[in-house]
Amino acid sequence: MGRRKKRLITLAGLALLILVIWWAQANLNSYTLRILNLAAINIICAMSLNLLFGFTGQFSLGHAGFMAVGAYVTGLLILPEAAKANIFILDPLTWPFTVLSAPFLVALLAGGAVAALIAVVIGFPVLRLRGDYLGIATLGFAEIVRVLANNLTTVTNGALGLKDIPPISNLWWTVGGAVIAYAVIKRIITSSYGRAFMAIRENEVAAEAMGVSLVYYKTLSFAVSAFFAGVGGGLMASLLTTINPRTFVFMLTFNILIMVVVGGLGSLTGSIVAGLILTVIMEALRPLESPMVIFGRYIPGIPGMRMVIFAIILLIAILFLKQGIFGQRELDLDAMAGLYRKARARLASGQKESGV
Amino acid sequence: MNLQMFLQNLANGVSLGTLYALIACGYTMVYGILRLINFAHGEIFMLGAYFIYYNILLFALPWWLAFLIAVGATGLVGVAVDWIAYKPLRDAPRISALISAIGVSFFVQNLGLVVFGGRPKPFPVPAFFSQMVNVGGVRIMSLTFFIPILAIVLFLILSFLIYRTKPGLAMRAISKDIETARLMAVDINKTIAFTFAIGSILAAAGGAMWAMRYPQINPMMGTMPGLKAFIAAVLGGIGSIPGAMLGGLLIGLLEIMFVAFLPALSGYRDALSFIVLILILLVRPSGFLGEKGEEKV
Repeated sequence: MGRRKKRLITLAGLALLILVIWWAQANLNSYTLRILNLAAINIICAMSLNLLFGFTGQFSLGHAGFMAVGAYVTGLLILPEAAKANIFILDPLTWPFTVLSAPFLVALLAGGAVAALIAVVIGFPVLRLRGDYLGIATLGFAEIVRVLANNLTTVTNGALGLKDIPPISNLWWTVGGAVIAYAVIKRIITSSYGRAFMAIRENEVAAEAMGVSLVYYKTLSFAVSAFFAGVGGGLMASLLTTINPRTFVFMLTFNILIMVVVGGLGSLTGSIVAGLILTVIMEALRPLESPMVIFGRYIPGIPGMRMVIFAIILLIAILFLKQGIFGQRELDLDAMAGLYRKARARLASGQKESGV
Repeated sequence: MNLQMFLQNLANGVSLGTLYALIACGYTMVYGILRLINFAHGEIFMLGAYFIYYNILLFALPWWLAFLIAVGATGLVGVAVDWIAYKPLRDAPRISALISAIGVSFFVQNLGLVVFGGRPKPFPVPAFFSQMVNVGGVRIMSLTFFIPILAIVLFLILSFLIYRTKPGLAMRAISKDIETARLMAVDINKTIAFTFAIGSILAAAGGAMWAMRYPQINPMMGTMPGLKAFIAAVLGGIGSIPGAMLGGLLIGLLEIMFVAFLPALSGYRDALSFIVLILILLVRPSGFLGEKGEEKV
């Protein structure tokens, strides 16, 4: 497919997306909008983890930590000064944070930037570890962030967390963020950087022998991944309007990891599809926990039932889709063009056969 | 801090440490054989405690019988988990099995919430374990001494199983090289089931003692001890049983001593083991007693 044609189709797709968001924002109820927003945020985080794990092969369980960093930075920057005074009752907020404030976009970028900076600092020593050891070290990082959030009461307000964060996140921000994250990550993985990442994934020793600097590329991948996780966390803070350390337990990392693996490691399309499906399923199962009447019999809500069913769905999905939904395949414009050509060829040959 | 308080903390640290070590053995054995972080292990530990609770409360069994039956039942659950969630994924990418383990963990935890209820339940501690013993002017619960003793007995049995019996030989063979072990007519699936059974039995024993130590149980009780025990296993060198014991003891002692010496920082207790782990891994990437992996192209 030619470059011009591709650009045209992309622009058309974006225009369509803008129309859809415009329609959704005006017509859908707040519950549906919330689910869609959550899905978009999950997709951002899943794609960023996929860059690190699926494309660079670095097993990280630290995503909740980066999301927490982004969420707290964004939250502190967009909270109005008066609200801050209301929230920090037990221990007053320390000085620079009381006066610092920024518009949402700047706050999001700052959240991502701080997360990326932390990724560089901890990545430098930690990324020497391999495989599961790296996973456990990054899991440790996320837990340390959570414990810090619990204890640094003059910055994070401890276990009470931040509340009344201005609800600025809407579909324009979340889906817009997802589109930008997709574009940036896609751009990275189709460039020479992406080939270096994938070389590291396939074989570190061989990649190094070919002149790929392990430290540089691993840290870069880690930082970009952390940046988008931080932005996702910031969007989440503004969507939920309340964040506390319990929001970022390692269950959150697991949820993101599940989306990446169920979608397919090394497939951005997979992360998008799985992020959307799993978020919707999680929400769709919510009624299971509220009281209901089945065949005239009243059944009280059973807490925990939702996650039981979710776990069963997850187990079935992973037992039958061992490579995830998409494997390493992508469903981008080139792939679609390929499918279209194949379908047309099959149709043509079918017509010929039936014609004879 | 006087000597008596120090000794009391030491006793507490050792008993907590041996508990971590018991759970860590299950992680390290499964990892050694399948290269799988069995995230469901903490939930097995929780089930062990609940089985005893119901054996005592519903069937009014004497505690030692309740203990034995519960430990056996938990062993069977461990085998069942392997059979349902891990066995079909033996040839799949390793990450699939990990996600499956997380799924099992979600499932058991929330099934516990549904079946047992979310409210913590007081655990009936047999009088035999709850009496106070006076040691050099310090009053310590007798359980604090029984935990390390029972743990040592279990370790001895485990070492005998692994280093002196045929199934143990098969386990060691598989953890060295699964393909070669298969060629040498080692029944892989049976041996793995055996591993899960032993790991789960140790976890259940740990769960029982944990429940008596903090005499209440809830469906989420397995998460943190499971995580800490896993850290202990990694710290000691994953795949190594003596390493798991060493790591468990170290983490338990560190946690208790940290809170004892720096009570102002007690909020950071849960982060401590992770910080130690990261620092140790940077110096010794495969833990204290772990085997160095070779790199090949």
